[in-house]
This record gives sequence, structure tokens and C-alpha cells, in this order.
Amino acid sequence: MWKILRQIGRTGMRSEAPPACDEALRVEAEQIQRELLAILGRALTIREVDAGSCNGCELEINALDNPYYNLEGLGIRFVASPRHADLLLVTGPVSRHMELALTQTYEATPAPKLVVAVGDCGAGCGIFAKGYATCGAVADVVPVDVAVPGCPPAPIEILRGILTAVRRCGPDASDDAKAH
Amino acid sequence: MRIPGLELALERLPAPLPIWYARVDADAWLAAARAVATAEGRLVALWGADRGWREGGGFAVSAAYALAEGLVWLDLALAADAPMYPDLSPHFHCAVRMQRAAADLVGIVAIGARDTRPWLDHGAWPADRFPLHDHPGDESSAATRSAIDYPFVRVAGDGVHEIPVGPVHAGVIEPGHFRFSVVGEKVLRLEERLGYTHKGIEKRFTELAPLDAHRLAGRVSGDSTVAYAWAYCMALEAAADCTTPARAQWLRALLLERERVAAHLGDLGALGNDAALAFALAQFSRLREDWLRVSQQLFGHRLMMDRIVPGGTAIDVDAAAAERLRAQCEATLVEARELKSIYDEHAGLQDRFVGTGRISHELAVQLGVTGLAGRASGRADDLRADHAWPPYDVLGVRTATNGAGDVAARVAVRFAELFESLRLIPAILAALPAGERRAEFRLAPGASIGAGWVEGWRGEVFVALELESDARGDRIRRCHCHDPSWQNWPALEHAVIGNIVPDFPLINKSFNLSYSGHDL
Repeated sequence: MWKILRQIGRTGMRSEAPPACDEALRVEAEQIQRELLAILGRALTIREVDAGSCNGCELEINALDNPYYNLEGLGIRFVASPRHADLLLVTGPVSRHMELALTQTYEATPAPKLVVAVGDCGAGCGIFAKGYATCGAVADVVPVDVAVPGCPPAPIEILRGILTAVRRCGPDASDDAKAH
Repeated sequence: MRIPGLELALERLPAPLPIWYARVDADAWLAAARAVATAEGRLVALWGADRGWREGGGFAVSAAYALAEGLVWLDLALAADAPMYPDLSPHFHCAVRMQRAAADLVGIVAIGARDTRPWLDHGAWPADRFPLHDHPGDESSAATRSAIDYPFVRVAGDGVHEIPVGPVHAGVIEPGHFRFSVVGEKVLRLEERLGYTHKGIEKRFTELAPLDAHRLAGRVSGDSTVAYAWAYCMALEAAADCTTPARAQWLRALLLERERVAAHLGDLGALGNDAALAFALAQFSRLREDWLRVSQQLFGHRLMMDRIVPGGTAIDVDAAAAERLRAQCEATLVEARELKSIYDEHAGLQDRFVGTGRISHELAVQLGVTGLAGRASGRADDLRADHAWPPYDVLGVRTATNGAGDVAARVAVRFAELFESLRLIPAILAALPAGERRAEFRLAPGASIGAGWVEGWRGEVFVALELESDARGDRIRRCHCHDPSWQNWPALEHAVIGNIVPDFPLINKSFNLSYSGHDL
């Protein structure tokens, strides 16, 4: 136990500031009203769906829980059930074998909900392309609010995409969250 | 190289590791399987191909075996109207699923095979259209049939419940289906159904230029992008009889060992987390993040995708970079040693790790368990030591092995390999030869073949390549990428028997097998 405390003390605080939003990532017109977004943005739950990725995007999404990005410190966490989720984070060119699972997960997520497609495959421009086994882009299967390109996108870009989706932009938004 | 009891015209391929190729008939196909099994060799891969593009046409089934001297690729031609071959599963358990996959993708059938259920085929494409057949037209618009109702094996008995898990899993992880039969919390049986991330990769290879397809190979399994890109480039260079410069070989090994460290740092943290030691995940994920950031700064990509290219590497290392890399190895080693001592002394953690998810040495040999998982069950196969190719012939890799076969053993092997790679990287940097980092080359006209074989962090990655080059350009006719997860997924089904359901995530993570690498 003492060793654990000592290691924690030695490591210190590593968390970095969250990134600014980027409206250029936005795909759909606004699906959720501003007031709802102000609430959603404070404590957001995410259900991640790997719809056929190469697992590179999953590595970077998992990095969001590391001390540098500190996703949970921003009030955002991953949940196991789509019924508890506010936002779906979807990767991959949507393999035909995952098409039904993705659709059912989307339908099981209660409104209001957002969808962020992660990676070049999710955005529809990855190397796998549309073929006998793939649907193409996440937007070809479920409505998408924000698409984050990259192969894979760095965790900071994925986080930027999530914050853009809930319009949690800049220092004002996080101060506002802290005040409440 | 000889397969005992067989006279085969073995052609050695110009690859840095010992790899031979031969065409066989059906009798030799079966005799070779028996001989390799008797000699305690391994079946590495089995795959089918449509040879309609070649004179003679028809189909083919191939098997790649690992023997003490090296790898042998045996190629059995099959008639177009009778695409059948002798079943290998009585000799090699891992052939079962590979044969089912070959039937799904190419329509070739193993005579006498007991399990003929579709494996990668979930009913998303027409039953009479085999994805790897050379037919014209656009399959993506073809009518689909309804999803297959997969016949899982049922367990009967008082109090037996079935728990279906997936394809969407609780955490941030790839999709697959696990069907548990449990009594109370104890697992009686686990049956997997995979193929959910099947993207048609092998078909996609035939649409890309050979000199560009290393990018696709590097995305078969993103966490092993370096191993796959190297294996593909090795196969392409073998087909073109191209020797990469010495500096390129050493740089490739540098990237491979960096990938191994990143993977083990991630897994060690995740394993601590799966046993409820969140501190472990916080520490190891921080170390992994530091590691990936240096890869980004020095190589331009956190995961090092597209850094190994045909002929060599896309990156180089100068003195300043070498010093940064060396310093990071030293710093990481100090922290990892401290964390290992915390792991070893943590009673709660050891209580979860020791004895959980055990695969005995006998079972590991019987199932053909390979790579990291095999070494944790007493096997001692590691291509870097067994067939030490440049620069490993100079570096001298110490194979990590542990006989316990449980989660604790797979943790111990990861720590040992982590420390070994942190020793190898400075050794590579200290002895990096001068010269070019890349060579130009051309494919020979006509048909050519090549193979690549690399010890990725999970185990041996193997790539078989068939090319055709003429006035119209270069074409990939067949590229088969083999992930070591094919051998190990069936082992997971055995490892969980008798364990409690809540230990499944821990056991699964201790193997950390690839879904995408398997599904193709």
C-alpha cells in the first residue's frame, strides 16, 4: 500500500486541459436543442460501438481514460448499456455483420442522443472502402452528428469531436459546468 | 530442409527467414500433415485461393507448417469442378476453423471434416457467391439472404443457464459473440462465434497496387500494424527477390520492438484494472501515452502505421532521436520494475491472477497455442530466437517462458518481454548500421510468390502473397494474412472452463486476441 501511495505521489498530476471545439467536424444540422445540450454536456455517458474497425481507433478511444485526457474528470464516462447512453461513439466501415447490431444499439439508445463517428473508416474514407462485406460509412447506417477523421485520430481529436457534439466549447463552457 | 518421409521439390524463397515452397498432390498433402504432427511441428496457416487467373485454372488450398528448420508452404491444386481436399483437423486442431473459413470465402471443402458450420459467413452475401472467386461485377449490390441462425452447441442439465454476450461488448473493445453455459457463477462451457468485423480484406487486397497494399496489411489489426506491414513487405520483397538495406532491417526491428512495448504496457494496465486495481491502469496507461507521444514526435504516427514500406522504412533516426528513444527506455524500465514489484506484492491482485484461466502445457501443444499465450503455457517458440533473422541474429533475443499457464503466467511473460524489448531497443540504436533506409525494386514479369513471417507481440504473423506482373501493371492475385489469434481463440474456450463468469474479462484480456486480425 505504501508503495502505491509513493508511486502516486511521485507521478503527480498529469491531466491536461481539454481541447477547443471545431465546428468543421459537424455533419448534421442541430438535432438537439441548446438547453438540452447544456445539461448533456455536464455529465455525458458514451456507449462505444466497434462496427468493424481494425482496432486502431479503439486503442485511441481507450486512451481517453488515461490520466492525460482524464475523460472521467470532464464528467464523461463510458457505459455498458446503450439504454444508459447519451452519445454513441462508432468506429469502422460498418461491416455487414455489425450492421444489425449497430442499428439495434442506436434504437436502444433513448432520445436525446448524439452519434460521433470516429476515424477515416467511420467517416467513410478509409482504406477498406464499400464492398461485399462493408456498408461504407457510419452515416450510411445511422444518423451521425460529428465525424472525426484520422487513421486513427489522436485521442485529443476524438475528445474534440465529442465536445463539439455537445457544444461544450472553450473555457466558458467548463467554468459554467464547474459553477453548477 | 526435409519433411520426414516425403520427397518434395522444395524451393527456398528469398526471405530473411527460412521459408520453403512446394506444390503437392493430395497424398503428399496428407502425408506431410502426419509427418509434421509427428515431428511436433505447428500448422501456422491454411487458406484457399481461386487460380482461375492462371493457366490451368481451378482452385488451390495451401498449408504453412513451422518445423525446426523453418516454414514450409505446401500448395495443393484443386480441380475447378471438384474443389475438395483431405481434412487436416485430426492432426491439427487449429485447422478446424481455418477450413471452415476457406469454405466460406473460396468454396473449397475439407473431405471428412466434422464441423462444417459456416464461420466467417453470417449470411450477408449470397450463398452461391464466394467472396474470393474471381467473378466480375459488383458484389456490393447483390441481394443478401437472411442472417444465419448459428447452431451453438447446447448444454443440458439441471440449473444450466445460457449467457449470450455480444457482439457489442460492455467495454471499449472489438465485437464478437460468446455463448456461455453456466451453473451459478461457474462456467461449464464457452463457445465463440467470430466474424463480426469481417471486412473483406483479402478481396480488397486484389484491388490495390502491390507497392501500396502494405497500408492495408497494416490495418488488418491496428495494434499490430508494424508486424503486419513488415510481414507483407517481407513477402513482397521475397517475390521481387529484393534485399533491403541493413539499416532498413535494423530500423524495422526498432519499430517492431516499440510496438511490442506499447502493447505490453497497455495490457499490463488493463489486466490490473480487470482485477479492480485502477491504480495499475492509471500508471501503465500513462506510460503507454508517453510512449506513443514519442512515436508521434519521432516517427509521425502514434501507432507507427505506414512507417514500414516496401523496400525499407519511411522513417529514419538521427543522433538526437536515438538519445530520446534510449532515455525513454531507461525511464520506462525504472517505472515498470517498480510497478512489477507492486503487482507481485499485491495480495488481492495475485489472488485474482494465480490459477485463473489455466491452459496446461499438454493442452497448449494439442491446440497449437502459439505466441505469448503459448510461451506462458510452457512453450518456447519465438521467431526472433528460433529463426533469428537480421538484426535479431546479432541481438540475441531471450525467449520468455513460464510454465503455469494461468493469467499470472501471461502477466509474467509480458513483464519479461517488456524488459527484454527495453534492453533490445538501446542495443539496436547503439549498433544501427549506416546506409540507406530504403531500396527501390521492381516485380519480375509474370507470376511470382512471396511469404513473410514476423514475431508480432501476440505471436507469429504470416503473409502469403501471389502476384502477377505484365504490360498492364502489377497485380495482387492473392494475399493471405494470418493472425496468431486463429490458434489461440479456441484455447480461450478451454481456459474459462471451471472459472467464474466475472473472471472472464480478466482471462480474455490475459490472451488479448485480435478480432479484426482474425475476421479479415
